[in-house]
Amino acid sequence: MPKLIRASGAAFRDEEDAFVTIEDDAPDPGGDIIVSLARYLAGSESLMARPSGRLGVRLEPEDEVETLEGRLSGVDLVALAFPKFRDGRPFTAARLLRTRLGFSGEIRAVGDVLRDQAGFMVRCGFDAFVPADGSTAAIWAEAAGRHSHVYQRAADARAPAFVERQGE
Amino acid sequence: MYRYDAIDRAVLADRTAEFRDQVRRRLAGELTEDQFKPLRLMNGLYLQLHAYMLRVAVPYGSLSPVQMRALADIARRFDRGYGHFTTRTNIQFNWVKLADAPDILDALAAVDLHAIQTSGNCIRNVTADPYAGAAADELEDPRVWCEAIRQWSSLHPEFSFLPRKFKIAVTASPHDRTAAKVHDIGLLLRRGRDGETGFEVIVGGGMGRTPYVGPTIRAYLPSNRLFSYLEAILRVYNRHGRRDNAYKARIKILVAALGAEAFAREVEAEWEKIGPEGDVPAAEIERIRDAFTTPDFSSDPSTGDFEARRAAEPAFARFVRNNVKAHIRPGYGIVDISLKGIGETPGDMSADQMDLVADLAERFGQGDIRSTHEQNLVLPHVRLEHVHEVWKALDAAGLATPNINLISDIIACPGLDYCALANARAICVAQDIARRFEAPDRAEAIGEFKIKISGCINACGHHHVGHIGILGVDKKGEEFYQLTLGGSGAEDAAVGKMLGPALPIDRVTDAVEAIVDAYLRERREGERFLDTLRRTGDAPFKEAVYAEAH
Repeated sequence: MPKLIRASGAAFRDEEDAFVTIEDDAPDPGGDIIVSLARYLAGSESLMARPSGRLGVRLEPEDEVETLEGRLSGVDLVALAFPKFRDGRPFTAARLLRTRLGFSGEIRAVGDVLRDQAGFMVRCGFDAFVPADGSTAAIWAEAAGRHSHVYQRAADARAPAFVERQGE
Repeated sequence: MYRYDAIDRAVLADRTAEFRDQVRRRLAGELTEDQFKPLRLMNGLYLQLHAYMLRVAVPYGSLSPVQMRALADIARRFDRGYGHFTTRTNIQFNWVKLADAPDILDALAAVDLHAIQTSGNCIRNVTADPYAGAAADELEDPRVWCEAIRQWSSLHPEFSFLPRKFKIAVTASPHDRTAAKVHDIGLLLRRGRDGETGFEVIVGGGMGRTPYVGPTIRAYLPSNRLFSYLEAILRVYNRHGRRDNAYKARIKILVAALGAEAFAREVEAEWEKIGPEGDVPAAEIERIRDAFTTPDFSSDPSTGDFEARRAAEPAFARFVRNNVKAHIRPGYGIVDISLKGIGETPGDMSADQMDLVADLAERFGQGDIRSTHEQNLVLPHVRLEHVHEVWKALDAAGLATPNINLISDIIACPGLDYCALANARAICVAQDIARRFEAPDRAEAIGEFKIKISGCINACGHHHVGHIGILGVDKKGEEFYQLTLGGSGAEDAAVGKMLGPALPIDRVTDAVEAIVDAYLRERREGERFLDTLRRTGDAPFKEAVYAEAH
């Protein structure tokens, strides 16, 4: 099974991944599955009616996250794909999922996911990571915790510098 | 100068430690060059033709003497005894070893400097008016906003992997010394009807392969809503900017494709959703304003023997005419330091020269040094009674060339002498033109004349906004140069128009001289070259350059 790193509070732990990503034309194998946005939109009722197993939806960078507005109630996980490390769109998608769409389930980073973006990902609302660089939870925690201060608000609860300074 | 607090210092220390670890992983072979590239670029480290180059941020072009001495020290210890000031008001060290980069960053952090976001597809160093806080025509000091933008944009979790690089300029004077209209965002400080301050917001200007003068998408944005509005612009760009082609990825392409009005509607809709939650509180803006040192100005308007020396010493009078500008306070002047010595590399400065400027800033300049996008330096607050002494010291160090805004004050990119992207050399072209117009009387008679040279279409030498722009192109392995006329990076911003077929390198200076001579024939009383050109069109100049060729 692919390795997964999951945020748990401020800590991170290694986990086995129970989810299976299925192609649009593949039969439903049962259990925990991740489907594309297109498959979810086309068959959301039958997917919601599955007798067991959790449901995840995978968005590519060009998919508009607002498409999921009002359709997230049966969704346990949203996977946001980084086809390239350099593609910054999933950061916006994650932040809007958390702050605008109010999604409280798992937001998972998949694709070209490297430790060097761990801090940014956590700040934008990602809480699960499938690393492409062999990172372990310990490495991820170190990378994500690298900066003791931040300058701006994001989707996390960290106080930006201008709030910290008010407390001085 | 903005004074860092413990938080600002901790951010630098954390970032430097992170980069040290990344360099270690690269040197240990844990990272491939492909994986390392975007990481080193986010810290200003480029691999050039002959060596690594480190680009150090000079935030909004503001340096203290202590910082300038640290740059001199780095030039001596880690480079070949000099540095290069760029058209982004930053400084580059061209001969750096990868293994030394973390130590250089530590040396920078010790004086509150860094290389964060001087490269990569992120929000780059903000450009400010180099005369900020000193200009007689200024509405308010724009550096307060620049510092707030610096903080907001530093290690931004959502906007560090944009489609392409992103540059913001802020100016508070009617005379634009930042080239705001050819930035991704230009912010022009305005006074609102209610007496409060706000910004005219220009988006989508730029140079490169597809130059645009940016359109105004909002005539007046209250300054307390600046950051939510920036967030809205950046979010629309991050989501919708093109990522399929690096040459079409800048925000200017998105703005042009949608049209300025449609783009503005998208931004406004996003801005509504963000709301004031996205703004930096007024208390923080005031804290930043208070964290700037206030120059210790004397109210004494006396100018000592300044006028007498001007009258008695023609060389000093020439320096004052060209390199000293009106200060907001009586008894003070703004002193421009030209890094365009005749025959020198535009923007280059030796470590000894850096130390000298640091000393002068400390003794006579309120400890304030600025770098300009035209690759010069400024001492913004010098008492007129001290200008003569400053001039003497600068002159002894080869830094008193009296050519600010004149024909030998040329912008040039590093070109093929250093840069892996270049098609042609730029520095030697600049040097040759400067030598041709070395005679100072002639240069002054020609008047304001901006020549800008780029060694390739990426336009780092800003050729599109040169009164004469010179673009190096490669023709079957030979360096050729395309001339454009009529560009401007000032408040009358315009993109230059191509004059005719590209010229071989040995004809460029002759062509410039032919254009200058045609201007001197055609001009009417009080006209700058640009004014004459706008009145006559380019026919007399085309004739002058290309008729003589046959």
